Amino acid sequence: MNISLSITKNIHEWLFSIMPEGIASITEMVLIAVVYLAIFAVAGLYLVLLERKVAAWFQLRIGPNRVGWWGLLQTMADALKLVSKELTGTERADKFLYNLAPYFVIVSSLMALAVFPFSQEFHAFDINIGVLFLMAISSIGVIGILLGGWSSNNKFALIGAMRSGVQTISYELSVGLSLLTMVLVTGSLQLSEIIEVQKNGWLIVQGHIPAVIAFMIYMIAGTAETNRAPFDLVEAESELGAGFHTEYSGMKFAYFFLAEFINMFIIAAIAATIFFGGWLSPFGITESIPLLGVVWFLGKTLVIVFLMMWFRWTFPRLRIDQLLTLEWKYLLPLNLLNLILMALVVWLNLTIQF
Amino acid sequence: MSYFGNIAKGIKTLLTGMSVTGNYFLHSRKGAITQQYPDNRETLKMFDRFRGEVVMPHDENNEHTCTGCQKCEIACPNGSIEIIWDRQLDPETGKKKKMIDKHIYHLGMCTMCGLCIEACPTDAILWAQNFENSVYDRSYLTKVLNKPGSKVKAGIED
Ligand code: SF4
Ligand code: SF4
Repeated sequence: MNISLSITKNIHEWLFSIMPEGIASITEMVLIAVVYLAIFAVAGLYLVLLERKVAAWFQLRIGPNRVGWWGLLQTMADALKLVSKELTGTERADKFLYNLAPYFVIVSSLMALAVFPFSQEFHAFDINIGVLFLMAISSIGVIGILLGGWSSNNKFALIGAMRSGVQTISYELSVGLSLLTMVLVTGSLQLSEIIEVQKNGWLIVQGHIPAVIAFMIYMIAGTAETNRAPFDLVEAESELGAGFHTEYSGMKFAYFFLAEFINMFIIAAIAATIFFGGWLSPFGITESIPLLGVVWFLGKTLVIVFLMMWFRWTFPRLRIDQLLTLEWKYLLPLNLLNLILMALVVWLNLTIQF
Repeated sequence: MSYFGNIAKGIKTLLTGMSVTGNYFLHSRKGAITQQYPDNRETLKMFDRFRGEVVMPHDENNEHTCTGCQKCEIACPNGSIEIIWDRQLDPETGKKKKMIDKHIYHLGMCTMCGLCIEACPTDAILWAQNFENSVYDRSYLTKVLNKPGSKVKAGIED
């Protein structure tokens, strides 16, 4: 097995000492999957809580503050409530696809989490085409949305799903190109190597002007990828009910909801890894304590998540033609120009290195 | 180069918007407008412009300023006000004069439009800021606004 599963060496060695190799690696994979699932189900719930709190503060409200201290158990209670709800469906819905859709969405967003280096050691799957893998996986989620919208036999859901398709196909391009711009600097798609390169300064500093432009484009396109406001045409409440998940209830709805927040985390985590040095501390101040890498990584990610929430509670929703104009007339040409600019910067050795 | 001009303008306006909301975010601690109602029942003070119900203020001599002109009754679009009046002998002048017997106000029908208060020429009725108006029987929602034994303040009709 050349997959480097390196969360903790001790468990790894212990497992291999008591079991034959094949079974041991399968056990290890299952263990890691369970750990990730547990962590990110809870993390997703807390992201929902964070969103609600931040939204409240933006609107001069208090936000959830009844369940648990400071409302900290609110989303747990919501999840429990959703688990206990009846799973309803529509008549003449395509039952198989209807039931399959939420799993598509949640599985694809959880899969993307596997390749992130949370710290030097805490890195489940260090694949050598990391960035490509992320791009590919994050666009599979839209299939779940399309399936859900189409199979639930509801015109609102269908319109929502189709809008989601349009949006993802267009903005995927910008996400990919802006990440490609940064790959020009790193010369590698492997996330651990991308971080290695950033030991001489985070990429947003190394690549200066084109990197900042790429970051701005990435943030816009990334927000659009997660279907969040101001790009939430997919579930525009005032027009489409709840959009593609209108007909879902209970836990299946919760999967869509959780996937949206995990996707937001993923987009922020990609930005943190590629532009802001992932688990690297600024100027290497905590280099001697590798465990703190997780803190830095989560810190950077949460700052970017906060930025996306800030977008959401500031900007009004775009119309579909404005959405497409923004992508095809502005982001895409700028992105291509930016790519050339970055290539020049790298070719002429104009990157800033410490 | 209006293309790049547009981009610059777009970014500028977006940042302006973000600074406004960011400012609210930073000041949300002090300015939270949420009232945690049952908890602050003792201290909660409603805003002056809050429309709780229509009341008729009385002064210390149990006198109000309602002349029984019925303008409020006519102004009310849904008939929430009924005025029962009578011509009585004024003890001072000895002339017959219109006086209210009961100013009946149906809170359950009132839409809080405020037209009656606008219409009243003597400001006899006002908005009260109370908000705990729920009762167990709707007959309690029919209120007589003038207190028993009250009379109109002297000189108000002149
Ligand atoms: S507030 Fe409007 S509805 Fe209520 S009593 Fe006055 S006029 Fe009638
Ligand atoms: S409350 Fe005002 S408008 Fe109504 S009858 Fe009395 S004086 Fe006239």
